[in-house]
Amino acid sequence: MLYTDQFYYLGLIALMPLIGALINGLIGAKLPRKLVDVIACSSIGLSFMFSLISIKALVDNAAHIGDETIYGHLSYTAYQWIYAGDFGVDIAFMLDPLTSMMLLLITGIGFLIHLYSVGYMSEEPAKWRYFSYLNLFCFSMLLLVLGKNMLVTFIGWEGVGACSYLLIGFWYTDDAKAAAGQKAFIVNRVGDFAFLVGMFILFYETGTVDYVALKEIATDAASMASIAPIAGVASILIFIGCTGKSAQIPLFVWLPDAMAGPTPVSALIHAATMVTSGVFLLSRMNWLLTISPEAMMVVAIIGALTAFFGATMALVQNDIKGVLAYSTVSQLGYMFLAVGVGSFTGALFHVMTHAFFKALLFLGSGSVIHSVHTQDIREMGGLRKVMPWTAGTFLVGCMAISGFPLMSGFFSKDLILWSAFSNVHVLNIKGVLEQNIGVIDLLTNTPAPAITAGGAVDVNVLALVVGSGVGVLGVITAGLTAFYMFRLYFMTFEGEYRGDEETLSHAHESPPTMVIPLAVLAFLAAFGGLTGWPHFIVHWLHLPEGLLFFEHWYEEIFQTSNQFRIVGRFGAKPYVYEAIATAISVGVGLTGIFFAHRFYLVQPEVPGRVKAKFEKLHQVLTDKYYVDEGYDLAFVKSSIKAGEGLTFFDKNILDGGLVNGAAQIMVSCGRILRNMQSGDVQRYATYITLGVVLSLAVLYGYIS
Amino acid sequence: MVEMIGALALLGAPLTQPGQLPWLTLVTFSPLIGVLALLLMPGKQESALRTIALASTLLTFAISIGIMVFFDAGVATAPGPFTFQMTEGPVPWIPTMGIHYAMGIDGLSLWLVMLATFLYPMVILSTYSAVNNHVKEYMICLLVLQMAMLGALVSLDVFLFYIFWEMMLIPMYFIIGIWGGEDRISAAVKFFVYTLVGSLLMLIAILYVYFKAGADGSYSFLFSDMLSVQLSYPEQFWLFLAFFVAFAIKVPLFPFHTWLPLAHVQAPTAGSVVLAGVMLKMGTYGLVRYAFPLFPYALKTFAPYIALLAVIGILYGAIVAMVQPDVKKIVAYSSVSHLGFCVLGLVAMTPQALAGGIFIMLAHGIATGGLFLCVGILYERRHTKKIKDFGGVAKSMPVFSFLFMIIVMASVGLPGLNGFVGEFLTLIGASKSNFLFFETPYAAQIITDPDTGLRAWSWAEAQRFPLPDRMQAGPEITAILLTTFATLGVIFAAGYLLWMWRRVMFGPLTKDENKNLEDVNAREITYLVPIVLMAIFMGVAPDFFLSRMEPTNNQFLSYMSEKGIGGSNAVDADATYVKECVIVEDRAGDDPAPGPMIGGADAP
Repeated sequence: MLYTDQFYYLGLIALMPLIGALINGLIGAKLPRKLVDVIACSSIGLSFMFSLISIKALVDNAAHIGDETIYGHLSYTAYQWIYAGDFGVDIAFMLDPLTSMMLLLITGIGFLIHLYSVGYMSEEPAKWRYFSYLNLFCFSMLLLVLGKNMLVTFIGWEGVGACSYLLIGFWYTDDAKAAAGQKAFIVNRVGDFAFLVGMFILFYETGTVDYVALKEIATDAASMASIAPIAGVASILIFIGCTGKSAQIPLFVWLPDAMAGPTPVSALIHAATMVTSGVFLLSRMNWLLTISPEAMMVVAIIGALTAFFGATMALVQNDIKGVLAYSTVSQLGYMFLAVGVGSFTGALFHVMTHAFFKALLFLGSGSVIHSVHTQDIREMGGLRKVMPWTAGTFLVGCMAISGFPLMSGFFSKDLILWSAFSNVHVLNIKGVLEQNIGVIDLLTNTPAPAITAGGAVDVNVLALVVGSGVGVLGVITAGLTAFYMFRLYFMTFEGEYRGDEETLSHAHESPPTMVIPLAVLAFLAAFGGLTGWPHFIVHWLHLPEGLLFFEHWYEEIFQTSNQFRIVGRFGAKPYVYEAIATAISVGVGLTGIFFAHRFYLVQPEVPGRVKAKFEKLHQVLTDKYYVDEGYDLAFVKSSIKAGEGLTFFDKNILDGGLVNGAAQIMVSCGRILRNMQSGDVQRYATYITLGVVLSLAVLYGYIS
Repeated sequence: MVEMIGALALLGAPLTQPGQLPWLTLVTFSPLIGVLALLLMPGKQESALRTIALASTLLTFAISIGIMVFFDAGVATAPGPFTFQMTEGPVPWIPTMGIHYAMGIDGLSLWLVMLATFLYPMVILSTYSAVNNHVKEYMICLLVLQMAMLGALVSLDVFLFYIFWEMMLIPMYFIIGIWGGEDRISAAVKFFVYTLVGSLLMLIAILYVYFKAGADGSYSFLFSDMLSVQLSYPEQFWLFLAFFVAFAIKVPLFPFHTWLPLAHVQAPTAGSVVLAGVMLKMGTYGLVRYAFPLFPYALKTFAPYIALLAVIGILYGAIVAMVQPDVKKIVAYSSVSHLGFCVLGLVAMTPQALAGGIFIMLAHGIATGGLFLCVGILYERRHTKKIKDFGGVAKSMPVFSFLFMIIVMASVGLPGLNGFVGEFLTLIGASKSNFLFFETPYAAQIITDPDTGLRAWSWAEAQRFPLPDRMQAGPEITAILLTTFATLGVIFAAGYLLWMWRRVMFGPLTKDENKNLEDVNAREITYLVPIVLMAIFMGVAPDFFLSRMEPTNNQFLSYMSEKGIGGSNAVDADATYVKECVIVEDRAGDDPAPGPMIGGADAP
């Protein structure tokens, strides 16, 4: 217990990549290339070690009360950052079970991707710059997850955006790439704007932005009244921030373009870590979301729609990274769907498994691109013979994302879909609001009467429709996911090679620094899900509770959400329903794989026929529902129009009309008065006489 | 020795207590040492002239470091809105008119003085290759300008302040008019006349207060004497307007900004840096130092409208900046936008917003100064500021692009750099402010009959948003709305700066002229690196600055809240306001709306 308050290892975790970034950024150009690699990899490796030590300390520090394990949190306050009046924010870090998983993902997968980059970027002259940015990204991401208050999280939040901007535009001499980076930054800024306003509102009502303090306010019956009325607005605003960072509707447009960056960057930033920070943030603030059922419903709907539309766009992509990009958008949608239906554990579970398999898939695609120097899957095929390791690990990734039984994606996706059907927000239970119970009391002190009864819960119609609707969308998306992923696999690695022979003769398996990370990630993608088995299996087969490790790890973090506010619709023992739901989603996934096999291996002429038949639809999907064009028209073009209009106003009306006009009036007055000074003495004498008369008149009171 | 300097007073009387150095006199007039040395040098020896000017600015900076070290950030104790330290005088200067030589510094002016002295060596260094004709006169102009700005910041006599204030115009007029671009004459004239018109309005207002104060025969221009004058509401109303217009032109606040882009585009690099870095802050400084505490009741009326102008300025400046074809114009309009944040912070009258507003003055000085220096570096190489003439410069100037990027990010407001801290504090503070707009029927009534007018107005405001658990639902919603619109500015800031960056620095090297651009040399690195480091330091450790201004801010805010503006105890303060400003007549019988004047229902 001795170091919970100033546990300085947390500072070290964040500091290591910063040091690496500074060394490589400032003097990297002059260092030997090998040393640049070593500095970059070892800084993040050290960070990983410190993370392990810290998490061990967290576990050792846990208090055991009966069955429950209370982890609490470790914290470290570096220094006072911004203080003004009653507002004070420190650079402070905290480590709790929620942060610890993100730490392992960032530093662990981050290390693997650094290692992979050593091989992938071996021919890049400005490798030092690349590694400097990559380390800086890790630093920002660590700030984001370690932050003890919203503002430290926000430093990381904007920091990862800036690093992402720099890395997407890494090859900045290509204008398209530079433009993609800029688009990512600005679209993210739109989200950040909402995040900021959400933070202002929270601060306005509570006077703090510290997570621990906010949680106390939001979960304590006495103080909750102050936060309850704004919880919905604040949650929605923060969620809009998350739609930017995590590429959800309506701000997902930057992510597909972001694939312009080097492939390891896509794997680390745009698949495994940064894009999941929205899910992390909402989980961090789960106590705020749970007191606003409307906000959660919005999150669920947006998540489900994003999952579905992302998957449909992935169906028609021919760029290997394009498929993965839209797949990422779609999978992130799943995570938000999970958050929206109150399964924060499911969301984080999917964050983890998705990080494994999507990083694997991206690195695999990088390996392919490295080998054949094209991204178009129509020019690939049969590559398994040339690159057996890449193909094998890629297949594992595809199976995992498709929810193949007992692969990691199976566990997390099932948990999410099951939660979508079964979970109910207490406030959506029929009759709760009609009963004469104060809402605040209900939320904080007493479980709803319907729940204590133990039986199935009667849900109001809207909540039922939304819950089932997002569930159904999720199941359909699962089928689409399996289909497009195996389409990608078959077109790349199976069948006949469709490119030119010249390229094929140069195609080769990648060097060990690239294959080793692939193998490690494939292992994780295959078995990483075994930490969270479905309840019905554990229950029916009488397996040990340890198989539900993932859920128990987060029990404390999501305590309020789990115990009081979100309940299962099917009562305490819903195992049969759960098994049915699992069976359906597995069945749908297998069907998707079956059709992909059929269309792209057995009868390769079929897709062409389908495409011809649904020409219009295909076009809409290829053009991404014209969202980019719409935004361009609605925001970019109109801002430029507004700018031009205002420039005209500025120049001709404000300056030309008012300012210069005033000056002109003065000049005209001068011109008129100038005529009085004609040099004509007689006229002067007249003026004098008139003046004297007037003065006398005033003096003697004839004119007042 | 120390006593000797202390006794070296302007008119024989000692400036300071025995044993104390007259720090402020030293810092203000130290540029004159450089001017004297320059005058003695022949105009041909340009490198010697430059070295002398640099040495002079370094000396000034060294003295200001001394001020910072000896500045006591402790609790402010003097009565009134400000507690000054290191005070000198007041020594009668023109006794018959009550004009004094008096100087002092507090947490507000300390950092602005530091800003002016910190930027100047960089400004001088940047002119080494940029200006080759009339170097001597150029340096003299710059140094005299520095003296005038420093003097205006530390004066405690309003007349003295006014002299320094006007003195700033002349060297800047020459800098733009002689060493500027093609259209320099009209830019210089517009700058001069526009600013002067505002200043004259202020002079009239100063004289009015002066005569009012001297009604009992003790005429005095001392700031502390002017503060103690009792002014009626209608008087405050008009006097505030006069002061406000003068300062708003200087800031410049929308819609008084049109001289700025013209002046910036035509001014030489050093002129732009000084103008944006320090001179614009004289406007915001004047608002806080003079306009607000002198006329607090009028401020209450005007604050929401000023905030509205500030928010319009934020968005207007940003949107206009986006489409400018000229890099320097983009930076100029970005100043309009950033200073909108600053003014919003100052009028919001909450501790966070005030600290944020002052912090923005510093952050904007560093970041925008840096941007102008970077544009200057590009201009020296290509002799153009048009965006379309550039592209892919990052390839040919990697070191420059690294430094430029950090400065751009500071201006964009990336957390960890200085721009963010000020904007964040301003916005979070403004969201808590008590902006009370009033409507036209009340406006006329308040001016003619403050008593009934204010009553009617505040009652209407309190009734408008009858939310259950709100004391002041109206102002709350107004403040959140204003803040939300202001926050939109952060999106646009990223838009115009990164778009500019992409077109200038990124992309393919299409123009041959850009292919062999020389990267920044040692001298240019020398003046960019301190700016970059300062931008990072201010972003990482803003408390170093905030903690030293905090007592000043608190005293100012509590003074203002006693007068009924802002503060956390605004409701109590409103009662004071009512007592002080309005002779409350007893209307308990017929008033359908008894209760406090402003801010809705009080607790029983």
